[in-house]
Amino acid sequence: MMKISIKKSDGFVEFELPLSEITLLEALTYIKTKIDKSLVFSSGCRSSVCGSCSMRVNEREVLACSYKVQDGDSVEPLKNVPLVRDLVVDMEKALSFNAKSKAWLTKGQTAVELDHDDEKRNEVQSDCILCASCYSACPVYSVNEEFLGPFSLTRVWKYVSDKREDGEAQKIENIQTSGIWDCTLCNECTVVCPQNISSKADIEKLRSKSAGHGFMDPSFASFGGGFGFDGSPSF
Amino acid sequence: MNFKSDVLVIGAGGAGLTAALNAKESGASVSVLTKEYPTRSQTCMAQGGINAALGSASEDSIEAHVANTLKSAHGEADEEAVRFMCGEAINAVEWLDEIGVCFSRTEDSKIAQRMLGGASAPRACYAQDYTGLKILHTIYDRCLSQDIEILNERHLLELLKDENDNISGALVLNIRSGEVETHEATAVVLATGGYSRIYDKNSTNSSASTGDGIAIASRAGAKLIDMEFVQFHPTALKASSILISESARGEGGYLLNSKGERFTNELAPRDEVSRSIDAEIKRGEDIFLDIRHLGEEFIDEGLPQERKLAKLYENVDPVHELIPIRPVAHYTMGGVEVDHKSQTNINGLFACGECANHRVHGANRLGGNSLLEIVVFGKEAGINAAEFCKTKEKGTTPISEYTLLQELKEYKNEIDFYAKREEIGDLLYKNVGIVRQQEELLFAKEEIESLKKQLPLMGVSDKSKVYNTNITEFLEFRNMLDIAAVVIESAISRKVSCGAHYIV
Repeated sequence: MMKISIKKSDGFVEFELPLSEITLLEALTYIKTKIDKSLVFSSGCRSSVCGSCSMRVNEREVLACSYKVQDGDSVEPLKNVPLVRDLVVDMEKALSFNAKSKAWLTKGQTAVELDHDDEKRNEVQSDCILCASCYSACPVYSVNEEFLGPFSLTRVWKYVSDKREDGEAQKIENIQTSGIWDCTLCNECTVVCPQNISSKADIEKLRSKSAGHGFMDPSFASFGGGFGFDGSPSF
Repeated sequence: MNFKSDVLVIGAGGAGLTAALNAKESGASVSVLTKEYPTRSQTCMAQGGINAALGSASEDSIEAHVANTLKSAHGEADEEAVRFMCGEAINAVEWLDEIGVCFSRTEDSKIAQRMLGGASAPRACYAQDYTGLKILHTIYDRCLSQDIEILNERHLLELLKDENDNISGALVLNIRSGEVETHEATAVVLATGGYSRIYDKNSTNSSASTGDGIAIASRAGAKLIDMEFVQFHPTALKASSILISESARGEGGYLLNSKGERFTNELAPRDEVSRSIDAEIKRGEDIFLDIRHLGEEFIDEGLPQERKLAKLYENVDPVHELIPIRPVAHYTMGGVEVDHKSQTNINGLFACGECANHRVHGANRLGGNSLLEIVVFGKEAGINAAEFCKTKEKGTTPISEYTLLQELKEYKNEIDFYAKREEIGDLLYKNVGIVRQQEELLFAKEEIESLKKQLPLMGVSDKSKVYNTNITEFLEFRNMLDIAAVVIESAISRKVSCGAHYIV
């Protein structure tokens, strides 16, 4: 027997379950079908590839289907996304950052051959399931709601690091505003990712690629103005 | 609210998105609807690979691919359609490669290929064991690049026709707002997936694979064929029905019984392997998949998901332990009948993917042919739907006779449909499963018929307008009841065993 508490739209509700050694998704399904038919949550594949059942347990992002539920757990919806009802959130804006980031392969070079090492270069990034755990854990949204965000920037890295991509310059230029420089490198996205992706690391790689294209950290550029007209430091 | 487009695609898995891209490229305005979000579709769960006779790993030919597919289909496939699919396979994989799918590679820079059951050569191109995931996400990214309109969380209620019986759009429930929307279109592409979830927890599929599109197309007058052909995958985790990919056997995994003995050819087609496992289980044996001899490095490189899932759901580490398995419903060959242009018998209604029946799988689908089918026929359906729009005059206003949502408010709440959903799953697994008997089929038929009559007693208790999954799950339940009835009826009328339909 265990008790878990779930944040429904009108506040936390405690549920008693005569079960143990089950995933949170199995627990939610049990509650929905046997105790409270009004509870709503999203789910799909049960095997951590569809990204539907991301939520927070004890203030940590998890996939309900791959988390073994514990007595006393407190379950809430994702953060930084509008709540629809109970554990269901509206993903539209979060997902719109993929298009805004132009996270796709620019069609062009089809004759480029990829070998085993090329495959490994962005294999992990292409494991992303768009569960938005990273998006929920990201502290940047409290100061900039238009931040392109961890999963979209990882996706940009996925395509930019692909040898077949021939539009790298435009892709890099496109992520300068509300993009890579807005990240605080806090690493929360990495900690919560169920697929072991580090968006923080991908953002750092995009930063160094950006430097190669002549871009720099705008906060550094405006930090006292850099160098004065005579070339001497102005700070 | 009213929406309008030339082509309306319903379903946003690999088939639907491919259709949308091709319809748009052919000049049509396109809208895509999904009851989830695109990347949550069933396609993401496909692991094994996509077949194409590239011959990267060893000699192969389109002819061999055709022959293997036809053999597995047990005479129920359309050879012309199979030839078309296998012939287009190489283009399909090249296209996926071109848009950025991260296929696994060989040392000499070719797309890697592996062996799956029933194949005469290593033919399945794969992306580690995330083939479906990576294909779906890449096609999705392609849709974003082409600015395809995708409307999420819309539940299909009814396919609409005009006064001349031409398709003219769809009626859908906006799950978030609770509002009913009319989407008008000159052509509709149905890409709503299969119906394996009629077996409820005895299925590897996403809980969304409830056959909605097939049930609703049938109500609109579309013809369904081969509905009795349900593929049971030999190796799902015993307790949770989570799929362990066929590549585990393709790479050399063994099937063992409680005595630790091998009892079948692991690489025979899925129906045969499932039947031999079923026979062992009926003899009281527990069945296990053994991949220990493949080694940790190999498992982590080629089957990482399998290892993770076995640990999570069965508490076993396949590197050191046996994996408990059983066969469960995995893929449904039956669906809406389409012609060589992917059009159904309803003028302007096209279908592709698992909900359609292009007669390329016949009585049993080969591993690696479903991802292939969605790309090849997704393209055809999209192009043909766009062409259809060019020749047809704009339809008149669609007529809707839909009243169920209203009626549902009056339904009594005496019988719990969630409990019935589970019961039906077990009923079908036992009586309309791997091995079938006339008496059992007739018994199942009666049960389903009586449940259908009780539907007005199975109302919903949640009365909210916003995101009411009690209602959407009721709608899915009703669709599954209708589909189950057709599956049973088709199984009864096919008196002789054929492929996945095995009758004693």
